[in-house]
Amino acid sequence: MKLNSIRQREQLTGWLLSLPALIIFILVFAYPIGRAFWLSLFTENLGTQLEPIFTGLENYARMFGDGRFWNSLGNTAIFTFFSLLLELLFGIIIALVLDQQFRARGIVRTIGILPWALPTAVMGLAWEWIFNDQYGVVNDILRGLGIIDSGITWLGDPTRAMFALILADVWKTTPFIAVILLAGLQAIPQDLYEARSIDGATPIQNFFTITLPLIAPQMIIALLFRFAQAFGIFELVTVMTGGGPAGSTETVSLYIYDTVMRYLDFGYGAALIVITFLILIIAVAIAGFILSKTDVNVTGEQ
Amino acid sequence: MTIAQNKASSETASQPQPPNLPKRKIALGFGIAFVVIFCLAPALWQVLTSFKVNDAIATVPNVYLPNPDQLTFDHYINLFNRRPFLLYILNSLFVAATATLIALATGAPAAYALARLRIPGEKVLVAIVLIVTLFPYVLLFLGLFEVVKALNLGNNYLALIIPYAGKNLPLTILVLRTFFQQLPKELEDSAKIDGYNTVQMLVRIVLPMTVPALVTTGILAFIFAWNEFIFALTFVTKESMKTIPVATAQIGGSSIFEIPYGPIAAATVAGTIPLVLVVLFFQRRIVQGLTAGAVKG
Repeated sequence: MKLNSIRQREQLTGWLLSLPALIIFILVFAYPIGRAFWLSLFTENLGTQLEPIFTGLENYARMFGDGRFWNSLGNTAIFTFFSLLLELLFGIIIALVLDQQFRARGIVRTIGILPWALPTAVMGLAWEWIFNDQYGVVNDILRGLGIIDSGITWLGDPTRAMFALILADVWKTTPFIAVILLAGLQAIPQDLYEARSIDGATPIQNFFTITLPLIAPQMIIALLFRFAQAFGIFELVTVMTGGGPAGSTETVSLYIYDTVMRYLDFGYGAALIVITFLILIIAVAIAGFILSKTDVNVTGEQ
Repeated sequence: MTIAQNKASSETASQPQPPNLPKRKIALGFGIAFVVIFCLAPALWQVLTSFKVNDAIATVPNVYLPNPDQLTFDHYINLFNRRPFLLYILNSLFVAATATLIALATGAPAAYALARLRIPGEKVLVAIVLIVTLFPYVLLFLGLFEVVKALNLGNNYLALIIPYAGKNLPLTILVLRTFFQQLPKELEDSAKIDGYNTVQMLVRIVLPMTVPALVTTGILAFIFAWNEFIFALTFVTKESMKTIPVATAQIGGSSIFEIPYGPIAAATVAGTIPLVLVVLFFQRRIVQGLTAGAVKG
């Protein structure tokens, strides 16, 4: 009886301690997402004088025939796929380097996480300058190497603009993946390598038979985080290309932002948000499923 | 580059294997050079641009080693004289610091509750917190925009501070929860025997021990809040209230015909120096926080 009331009091205290965080959660996450689901069932735009009129699933039906939506979804998919691929590759290399023992490793690690910490919008400007048509350093280097004769258009060309965006994103976020993978590398017991070396395995064989399989969970976690961020990429594109030329780098998030803030089409914007949300949830579910097959501890449960 | 070469010649690896040593050293040297160049070159190019006179900026071939007469502080002087750039920095500082404090003040008690007090549905709550970490800002801005309008919070920093605190709450809770789980339980039990109630025990015993973990998560929260763009762009339109990312991005858009590369470069450098300092001082804690949040969290 007494024990029971202690537990109840503990639970009450627990809820009270969580209350402020809970209120902020509801305000910042639950309400906006819930509201998007609700609003997506209404038409609320300039045509309805911004009054919500219930139209059921009409916004979703409209999405099927909306070329701009599919175009932005395709752009986002291309951007996400190539960014993640390159980031994983570079992330592994950087993590392997940072895992070694050498003098001034602290300084190199600091340099290694610097791009991640800098504001994306601000560094987007730096990259815009790097890819400048006339005076950009990329063109200058390519000219110096004799690969091109005169400066070429980067951000004004559909394919090359996408390439520039991907490169800027890879620069910005590879450090994040590297840091996560580094944690995985440090958890691998050294005697595994020693045992294999006695058997005559080369470092490259070791990498594929020991290192890669053992850091697979960290790779999945890092990729999941990066998938969500890359899929919602906004400021880098806004600053560097604005979605251009001719919509060739417009991502879903830019389209959502334009739909709401420029065309004031709240209902349709909400439907776009719901679809993006669902894509993310599916990605989480897939990653969660894969992780549950490995023995890593994602939730911190003992 | 000299750093990289030094490292290549320094001793390598924890388990020396004589026949592999030279190859390993060379590979490591290349690796370190790659990391340093890859991470620093774009930023250094921007720093160099910010100190060059306009003629040395807009010229082909590019000037990599400017003469003394091609260098200038003008872009920085103009930045602070012609624009309220110091004000933007202070705005960012205020918003990021306040949001960080709120995230810690609300996140720490919640993390403790999730770690120690057996709340029903705890696992579900943790899972929700984990998923929420992944939401990009663009999913939230429509709903928040309506709230901001309804409460008349446009051009009010609350419209930034609360969402930033909220965006940082998941990571704060996950990192601190892991930390609390590792604290020895006996400590709290003996405090209870000494007659402390839960809140007293938290404030007097647990909190002082938590300071390092609070610093770790606080730094991450500060960086996220300083860098946020989409809410700052949408909810704050008054010039004098803008934060660094938005103010800097809009320098480029201020003139259609001639893009002011010098001032932009100076703005990117000045606006990121506070963060560079944070990274220099807290590199270890940032790495800890990121890995604790993403892997153990």
